Amino acid sequence: MPMTQKQIEMLIKDSIPESEVIIEDLRGDGDHFSATVISKTFIGKNKIEQHKMVYESLKGKMGKELHALMLKTKTE
Amino acid sequence: MENNSLDVSENIKNEISSSDVVLFMKGTPAFPMCGFSATVVQLLSDLGVKFSSVNVLESDEIREGIKQFSNWPTIPQLYIKEEFIGGCDIVKEMYESGELIELLNTKEIETNPT
Repeated sequence: MPMTQKQIEMLIKDSIPESEVIIEDLRGDGDHFSATVISKTFIGKNKIEQHKMVYESLKGKMGKELHALMLKTKTE
Repeated sequence: MENNSLDVSENIKNEISSSDVVLFMKGTPAFPMCGFSATVVQLLSDLGVKFSSVNVLESDEIREGIKQFSNWPTIPQLYIKEEFIGGCDIVKEMYESGELIELLNTKEIETNPT
């Protein structure tokens, strides 16, 4: 079953504390999302590490239930 | 089973070291089967970088194996000089900021931006 915007947001926020998460449904089909995650916990980490933190928060759903997620991470 | 997964990661290592720039993608550069893969092909082509590609749709072992190998859940995946660079979003960001061409230059890989 595809994930909802809210579910994605909750999962990310749960594991990345004090983060701001902006999810967009890119095509309005509930299957292609973009996520912008802003968190100070990214400071000092490279892009790969930052993206991995977000992927890990999605607990294995990335690439499965969640087919397409464009990801942007920022520190502020 | 264990031998099998060893073989897969051995295969992947061979692919990664086979050329300076290696893209694991869905489909081929001429016929990408996924928008994200197509984007990375486009960006590399814009920079005039020679790269080799591995079509993960041809092998379930490689398709799952590369995710384990890089500890990265999605395809495409770009390797430069055996180093994992990232997926579509990171490559795109690096392209736009100029970091990608800088990295290629630092690693002495020929580019020919259009």
